[in-house]
Amino acid sequence: MLTMLALLAGALLALAAAAPLLARSAAGSRALQAGTAGAGLLMLAGGVGGLIGAPATLTLPFGPPWGPARLALDPLSAWFLLPVGVATLSAGLFALGGVHGPEAPRRLAPWPVFLAGMLVTLLAADGFTLLLGFEAMSLASWALVAHDHAQAENRRAARLYLGFAGMGGLALALALGLSGGAGGALDFAALRAAPPEGLRAAAILALVLAGAGSKAGLAPLHVWLPLAHPAAPSHVSAVMSGAMTKVALYVVARFVFDLMGPAQPVWMGAPLIALGAASAVIGALRANLEEDGKTLLACSTIENVGLIAIGLGLALAFRGADLPALAAVAAAAALLHALNHAAFKSLLFLAAGEVLHGAGSRRLDRLGGLIHRMPVTAWAALVAVGAAAALPPLSGFASEWLLLQALLAAWRVGDLAFQIGAAAATALAALATALAAAAMVRFWGLVFLGRPRTPRAAGAEETGGAARAALLVPAALTIAFGLLPGPLLDLAEPALRLIAGAPAPRSGLLLVGAAEGGARYWPILVALLLAGATALVLWQVRRRAPAGVARGPAWDCGFIAPPSHLPFGDPATQPSAAGFGQPLRRMLGTSLLAAREQVTMPAPGDPRAARIEAGFHDPALAALEGPLPRWRDAVAAQAERLRDLSIRQCLGLSFGAVVLMLALLAWMEAR
Amino acid sequence: MAVLWGILAQLAHIALLLAAAPLLTGVVRWLKSRMMGRRGPHPLQPMRDLLKLLRKRPVLAENASAISRAAPYLAAGAALAAAALVPSFARGMAFAPLADLILVAGLLALGRVAMALAGMDVGTPFGGLGAAREMSFAALAEPALIVAALTLAILAGTTNLDAIGAAFRDGGLGLRVSLGLALVALLAVAVAENARIPVDNPATHLELTMVHEAMILEASGRHLALWEFAAMLRLLLWLMLLSAIFLPFGQAAAGAAPHYWPLGLLAFAAKLGGLALALAAFESAIAKMRVFRVPEFLGAALLLGLLGAVLLFVSTRLT
Repeated sequence: MLTMLALLAGALLALAAAAPLLARSAAGSRALQAGTAGAGLLMLAGGVGGLIGAPATLTLPFGPPWGPARLALDPLSAWFLLPVGVATLSAGLFALGGVHGPEAPRRLAPWPVFLAGMLVTLLAADGFTLLLGFEAMSLASWALVAHDHAQAENRRAARLYLGFAGMGGLALALALGLSGGAGGALDFAALRAAPPEGLRAAAILALVLAGAGSKAGLAPLHVWLPLAHPAAPSHVSAVMSGAMTKVALYVVARFVFDLMGPAQPVWMGAPLIALGAASAVIGALRANLEEDGKTLLACSTIENVGLIAIGLGLALAFRGADLPALAAVAAAAALLHALNHAAFKSLLFLAAGEVLHGAGSRRLDRLGGLIHRMPVTAWAALVAVGAAAALPPLSGFASEWLLLQALLAAWRVGDLAFQIGAAAATALAALATALAAAAMVRFWGLVFLGRPRTPRAAGAEETGGAARAALLVPAALTIAFGLLPGPLLDLAEPALRLIAGAPAPRSGLLLVGAAEGGARYWPILVALLLAGATALVLWQVRRRAPAGVARGPAWDCGFIAPPSHLPFGDPATQPSAAGFGQPLRRMLGTSLLAAREQVTMPAPGDPRAARIEAGFHDPALAALEGPLPRWRDAVAAQAERLRDLSIRQCLGLSFGAVVLMLALLAWMEAR
Repeated sequence: MAVLWGILAQLAHIALLLAAAPLLTGVVRWLKSRMMGRRGPHPLQPMRDLLKLLRKRPVLAENASAISRAAPYLAAGAALAAAALVPSFARGMAFAPLADLILVAGLLALGRVAMALAGMDVGTPFGGLGAAREMSFAALAEPALIVAALTLAILAGTTNLDAIGAAFRDGGLGLRVSLGLALVALLAVAVAENARIPVDNPATHLELTMVHEAMILEASGRHLALWEFAAMLRLLLWLMLLSAIFLPFGQAAAGAAPHYWPLGLLAFAAKLGGLALALAAFESAIAKMRVFRVPEFLGAALLLGLLGAVLLFVSTRLT
């Protein structure tokens, strides 16, 4: 299985190399996209195979100068192959349906490299290969974010993303260097043999959270994500949100659960829980304020990554407190949510891409009423919206139910400060879940319901074929994952054993259970109960009520009839994106996101229109854009002085640097 | 045999729900009218209204989609499914293992989302306004509910409603400040979720103050009947939930034969009647608050719930 996956990574790289040739014709582009969709299928097969079969390792015949590159497929890698596979399969199908002619090579070539980078990161069994895969993933996705560089906002997003990617790679390299095993060996077996303790462990955790956490979108290093994810083509956005964030979380999990050894104290989980809760609330709140559909979805990704991080942090804390059964519940919630989010978020991004293609806009205020013109997209997106809003019996509810059960049991970790923090995290997670539901209603309602807000939206067209399959596959998976979390957890059993050191929480075909005789969730029975109750209502109503409906004009609250050039009524008499976000902007936005509203009301008798302006600032972005450029300018000004040095001073500088390095080397030899 | 009685009790419970929901709303309205010095409509009036509405053909807006037609059924079905899980006169009904507090919250959220989407379907300003407010208030009500559930889960060890009721009935918990705070938080959430005064006025059609009514402004005929019925079921559900958690007394034992049920039914009717009286008195005594004061109300509930949990941590440490 591992050999197959290694060959798959090679094949993807070969596909990338052939991309300039393939991009010349529509058939070639189609072949490339079909290849990536097939790669998604193979990743899914590899993931399932890795979870069922025994762990495997593979030493490649090439690698860095100091030793061969190593690959391994253990349960943790195998589980994270599943979200990557789901997202890649759907995105590949969507891209296949979107090919209508020759493509720009710069849009096509980085795409397989991106997928191969994620695959190599998941399979890596030594530090160098891990970094190689992670950086390939970062740079290829940067190239895809920057593909449409004619627009200034995309250039800004790509620049910010590149900065964060560079910072993240550096932090990860330092983390690997700090955790180096005996003699500086970087293969994972050597790292496991020398687990860090105390301050070194804290430093590694901080560096991993800065490196991989920023890539996953954990606050406060999330600010690049709502800019970069929407700038890429829609199928790439789907994979960036659905899969790349999961790969970053995999790196976090690999470090904290595996490479840093099993004997970590309880407080190691606290930063993950705190950052996760902050990300969840900030992401969900921003999703209620953003006016661009894809940006809204990217903010919702921050929220979901936060929830997964809470699960991972709880698992770490439970493991440190020697409560393996609860650790398994928390880890199960995190792993399950990673998979569920990959399915429903890919679907949402692909639906947004379909809307962009069919109705020509991503802005919520330029869409509306698309359920009439794009029914398949609308209903498929509704499934994902239900899952993202954590509605039973869809997939999001199952994993968030498990997460809440883990949070409700967090008091069993004896420490009072941890208990209070966990109670606050419970409230924040519930707040984020409810905010996400509001954001999803806002997204789906504004895009698909109501009346068209522009002529372009009124004439929207749906594409069929592979793009339709790309929506239906993740929709079916979202329903299936929601109904069958028990079998999924059985499949995840080896990964949970690796993380928590305990078997999965009690689960079966029908139920998922929290540990120790606690609550149970029976998704299939709940679905049947819901269907039965609805059927009972339907039967009772149909028995008494006359069939059919009459149609009439809507009561538009006393607005005058629209002029004849507005056949669908005045679009301004229905809720706008800013208007729908208004209650939450006032309730939470003013304190958390410095949101403001300004009403300009002309004097009575003045025929000018009244204006309301609303906006917000993410405090993290303000902190980043304030001092950081100033420091950069100060450092640059100092560096400028080097240009005026004489040749003597230049040579002196070089000599001094060499002496300093030799002294450092001598000092390290002596230790 | 016990299994059979469990199934029978569940079926009787569902039949009871269908009949009791309109009656409860009627009783609350009648009590409120009496307290305000009016004669008030007959308690069966909501039932008659529902039957009348069912006989009328609904009028849908020209651009209404399938959402307008499907959402009322889904919302009523979700409310019925959630209410079917909350124990009323007997313990150990057939669905008792499913009866999880978080699942009930999820089913209520399902009904809420269905209603918000139906409100946005036609694209009228009021529908969208009501949907935005409903979802925003829920964003604060839901954490308050979960935090109250945290206190209950710590004390009972689970979020299963039957098990929580059992823990209370056995009296091992005693009187605790934390429970009082959780009760206050749950009451505030119940008031907000049911669109009662002071959060929303169930009797109003005064446009600017309404949340719930704004979303169903376009509904008529059987669709309106379903929305009304779902709201009645939710009110019944919340009163049942409060009595199942905090007053779990007098219920027939799990697996008890039907001749034990009348006593349980009597106790259930007494509890509902008492809660209805308290609700009517509360609503008569206070005024509706401004819409943008509601977040403070729910935020206070959330903080009280958190305080209850923290007190619980501290007190378990002292003993």
